[in-house]
Amino acid sequence: MDALDGNAIAGQLVVAFGHEMTTASGVCGRCGGQALLAETNVYLRAPGSVARCRACDNVLVVMVEVRGYTVVDLTGFSALEPA
Amino acid sequence: MERAALRGRLSWQLATVVELVEQTRRTKSIVLDPPDWTGHRAGQHVDVRLTADDGYQAQRSYSIASAPEDGHLELTVERLDDGEVSPYLVDDLRSGDQLELRGPIGGYFVWERSLGGPLLLIGGGSGIVPLRAMLRHHLATASDVPVRMLYSARSLDEVIYREELMRAGAEHAVDVRFTLTRKQPAGWDGYARRIDRDLIGEVAWPAGDRPLVYICGPTAFVETAAEALVGLGHEPGRVRTERFGPT
Repeated sequence: MDALDGNAIAGQLVVAFGHEMTTASGVCGRCGGQALLAETNVYLRAPGSVARCRACDNVLVVMVEVRGYTVVDLTGFSALEPA
Repeated sequence: MERAALRGRLSWQLATVVELVEQTRRTKSIVLDPPDWTGHRAGQHVDVRLTADDGYQAQRSYSIASAPEDGHLELTVERLDDGEVSPYLVDDLRSGDQLELRGPIGGYFVWERSLGGPLLLIGGGSGIVPLRAMLRHHLATASDVPVRMLYSARSLDEVIYREELMRAGAEHAVDVRFTLTRKQPAGWDGYARRIDRDLIGEVAWPAGDRPLVYICGPTAFVETAAEALVGLGHEPGRVRTERFGPT
């Protein structure tokens, strides 16, 4: 399946963080590559939504909505700075 | 009270369909009147949610086709034959119906007059939609940055906003170029092939002019165009991309 990009989860990110996050800059915890959240490879048909590092494919973001709650896993980043 | 407390949050709202305009055989523009709308920036999108009688919900993102100055919210949706949401929006939705949406969303794939240019817009298929919002914003604000647009479609029949884009090319200082990849009318003098590095190189300003580039289309289209530009020496940070897929 072709990857989309972080624009595709922009709405979910606003709901989870309370503000625009696609222009936030993250550092990949595996390869150290830096990218905006908009510039990640995004898969919507995983269980939940998954964003991966374009350079090394490391899983950076997992978001799952369960019974009205959004569970967000960001442990793939070593740093994440809102714009 | 409740609305004030929720200000700034991204909430679902019911927008009334004011008008439907058939753009091509497979695409329709939906003009909406959301009750709680604070305006948008060119390039942003909304999330649309459909709920079936049994409670099943399906949600998709659609780019905003109108400029912030247009005074209404317009989405343009392409019908995907095996889609879960777009066949309803294109075939079944009627004026006066209500559509559940939230937005505006996104801060990355956005162009505002203050960002300057030169502005290079590259669209594939319905990827033209957010670029059309940027072009309208450019015209509405009398921005004087040079604008070039490259629009790839399968045939002239599938060119969305065809007359408007051709008019922008003829009446304003906007350089609009089309490439028709499958079928060309007799006497066609535009491009007639899929985008590749040569075509991008021919249309784009030299990297030294530092254009601000927006590319929207299917994933493979976007990646071909973005890789070509970076290969030609354009700064990756000035090449902004938005991919869509048959999700």
